Amino acid sequence: MQTKTDVVARLCSVVKHYGHLAALDGVDLVLQRGELLAVLGPNGAGKSTSIGLLLGLIRPDGGRAELFGMDPQQIAARRRIGVMLQSAMLPPTLRVGELLRLVASYYPHPRPRQESAALAGIDDLLNRPYGKLSGGQQRRVQFALALCGRPELLFLDEPTVGMDIDARRKLWAAMRRLVAEGCSVVLTTHYLEEAEALAQRVVVVAKGRVLSEGSVDALRAQVPLARIRCATDLDAAAVSAWPLVNAAQREGDRLLIHTSEPERVLRRLLDADLSLSALEVQRAGLAEAFTELTREQNEQPEAA
Amino acid sequence: MNSVSIPAGSAAPSVDGMSTRRVIGAYLAEARSECLRYMRAPSFMLPIMLFPTMFYLLFGILMGHASAMDTRYLLVSYGVFGVMSPGLFGFGVSLAMERDGGLLTYKRALPMPPGAYLLGKMLMAMMAAAVVILLLLAMGLTLGHVTLSLSQAGMLLLTGALGVLPFCALGMLVGTFIKGQGAPGLLNMVYLPMSFLSGLWMPLELLPKVLQQIAPIWPSYHLRQLALAAMDMGQTGVMKHVAVLLVFAAVFFLLAARRLRRYG
Repeated sequence: MQTKTDVVARLCSVVKHYGHLAALDGVDLVLQRGELLAVLGPNGAGKSTSIGLLLGLIRPDGGRAELFGMDPQQIAARRRIGVMLQSAMLPPTLRVGELLRLVASYYPHPRPRQESAALAGIDDLLNRPYGKLSGGQQRRVQFALALCGRPELLFLDEPTVGMDIDARRKLWAAMRRLVAEGCSVVLTTHYLEEAEALAQRVVVVAKGRVLSEGSVDALRAQVPLARIRCATDLDAAAVSAWPLVNAAQREGDRLLIHTSEPERVLRRLLDADLSLSALEVQRAGLAEAFTELTREQNEQPEAA
Repeated sequence: MNSVSIPAGSAAPSVDGMSTRRVIGAYLAEARSECLRYMRAPSFMLPIMLFPTMFYLLFGILMGHASAMDTRYLLVSYGVFGVMSPGLFGFGVSLAMERDGGLLTYKRALPMPPGAYLLGKMLMAMMAAAVVILLLLAMGLTLGHVTLSLSQAGMLLLTGALGVLPFCALGMLVGTFIKGQGAPGLLNMVYLPMSFLSGLWMPLELLPKVLQQIAPIWPSYHLRQLALAAMDMGQTGVMKHVAVLLVFAAVFFLLAARRLRRYG
């Protein structure tokens, strides 16, 4: 099969078992050049296994994993990628500059050290021993190591864990810059706002299968939930019995209503209580969509 | 600082666009980092340096009225004892820790040239072994009044630097069986009995007959024979001992490599 040149990484109906447990059960994934793809899923969903397959760290039991049309275990393929893993204890006695120099030495055309450091915002850390850095600083160094080889494809596994908000936003900016340069990114994250802020495409994985794939908006649209909050005297139990209302509950003096048809529920709500005030309507975010998608998945076996 | 940018087309670029020069550079960078990181780690370097030198000082130089012959003989014994530890611990402990901490996985995901990881560690162990021998030689020559020709000292140094390799392979094998903090304990259970049973602490002749007879199953026994030969202390069959050590190294290494590939 001929791979198109603009596909940088691909999983073809990949199956991976650990003992009896199917970590991946027929997963297809295609990553285009210059695309930022977020892979979301609860713990144990198969995110790390997918990344491990694409990096050539593990071999699929069935199907195929490809990097630039090659076997990921070929060093020529890996020379075009950068990696930031979830947990890697780097040598604590080496200085940041020495680590950058080491990792850059593996690549054919690395970035100058100052450029990598500036991109990751670690200019001031180059002479510090890695072991003396805070968790957030270590993550930034790992990010610098991931991009120092001028990769065409970056794997970032939970990159912003342990970072404060400021550092996280800086990292996001750096990621956007890399994508603008034509670099593709595969990002796994627990922070849905991260996926929401960065990703062009989101893949939701659970129980070793791809549940949903598409843009952030498309994903949100799959779960057409909205929340209505208002101050009203209406009885929560009565409202929850209305048609189109999924749930209604009281939070202090506010009533919270979940619905997929906020416009129609609102019309009835406003008619029912003329003194209603403090009205808020909110579309479901990625977080709700994600919870909804994976909750259905979780409940299926119990119902069966 | 001396990162060399290579213009396209120079220095024989290989198929994947990485010039041979840069590939060699990657091996060197790996070895350099490996040496630097351990030279800077006192918890690694101090025991390796201190135990053989302290033992030699106590038992070889200060205790009793060690004859010149004993001082010379013990230089060999503690030299071999000192050479074993950077191999066993340098490989075993670091591999066990790095499998545990995810560094090995990270390195496998990176385009590190094949074998650079092990070559780097090997070089580091050889350097540490050389330093131990040099320390012992310095002590023997100054405090112990051992008389040695330059070639004898050189041969002992060479024996130490190369003799560390079978222990690197053994350390690597042990490192594939255990993860994390448990490694030093397990390695000591290999290191100390093996040293004792191959006559590094007390002459083999003082051990029970059975232990004397099984001594050749320990690699350290053969390294000791080679070190004695290096000092012209009357051992023959040098090639036989070299061959045995090579076989030990190859077997340990192949087993370890197989386990690493299977279980990571």
